[in-house]
Amino acid sequence: MARPRPSRILSWTIAIVALLGLADATFLTVAHLTGDDAVCGSAIGCSEVLGSPYAEIRGIPTAAFGAVAYFTVFGLAILAAFGYARMRGPLVAVVVLMFTASLYFLYLQGFVLHAFCPFCLFSAALTFLLAGLLLAFPAKG
Amino acid sequence: MRRYVPFAIIALVGLLTVGVATAVYRAKMHRPKPPVSASAASPSPGISPSAVPAEAKEDENIHARGPQNAPVTMEVYGDFQCPSCAIATGMIDELEKEYSGKLRVIFRQFPLAMHQHAVKAAMAAEAAGLQGHFWEMHDMLYKNQPVWSKASDPSAFFGAYAESLGLDGGQFALDAKSPEVQARIISEGDAGVARGVKNTPTIFVDGVEVLNAFRREVLQQAIEGALAQKKKG
Repeated sequence: MARPRPSRILSWTIAIVALLGLADATFLTVAHLTGDDAVCGSAIGCSEVLGSPYAEIRGIPTAAFGAVAYFTVFGLAILAAFGYARMRGPLVAVVVLMFTASLYFLYLQGFVLHAFCPFCLFSAALTFLLAGLLLAFPAKG
Repeated sequence: MRRYVPFAIIALVGLLTVGVATAVYRAKMHRPKPPVSASAASPSPGISPSAVPAEAKEDENIHARGPQNAPVTMEVYGDFQCPSCAIATGMIDELEKEYSGKLRVIFRQFPLAMHQHAVKAAMAAEAAGLQGHFWEMHDMLYKNQPVWSKASDPSAFFGAYAESLGLDGGQFALDAKSPEVQARIISEGDAGVARGVKNTPTIFVDGVEVLNAFRREVLQQAIEGALAQKKKG
């Protein structure tokens, strides 16, 4: 029986992580659009972060950009998992963007807003995980 | 055939995401309407904050603390069940002491629909206000927020607070359910939405929204700025 190639397993793993990120970002987008800043229950910090001016860019919830990014990573990873070549480059480009954005949002939460939103931290953790997985992604194959 | 499978998976996930998000959005927006204006809980994006000074909008039912001729007016759109509002209230109390005589604080109701007891709490505060004890109830509601907000029905707590403030319990209970009180809250919520208020706490200093207002130094900076402006003028 043919064993799945490591790159294929890695692609599926990336796809699953991206799917979790997509769910998280979509949830935050809907929460923002409905004005529901209490998505974290009584966790202090959520309202500050989700109600802050950084929670939207030109009227579009910041989380929506995250959802698009996670969906793009999911799509590219699925294509890679099914043997489509040259997916690593676009994947790296998107994840580098997401990684940079996550660092910026962590900075905003830690040093500007002085408040943390658990769902945003979860998203940052997923992005860092994606970056780590991509480092393990073979450059060829 | 197999080469279409990944595209089918991607399309399926995309459609599912959009479908679920739309369904949840619609469900949240079509919840049974709370007494407060639904628009207060689902703000209209893109409305720019009003620069109209608070003084221009004052009416006799306003909840204000501090001298009427204070050089700086701070308007707080708050929700009694919002944890950040409770924190902001503590900071504002400190600032009121620090800028005693120079700062007038106005509280405006903005109970958000997603906070289960926010409207009841707002009505309790208004009912206490009708007996001249709005601010006492305001402080008590924020101070005890972790207690009553977890109750399935906080009315008993509000009644007990009213009693401890020496209010007429029967009148308080009537006012806390009165349509007039409800109408006042709705109207204040709507006025907030019209000014671009989306979340709580939203704070205006001399009619200008203060961003990141949940930080004491930011609020202080806004007050100092307004005071400097007044000195110039």
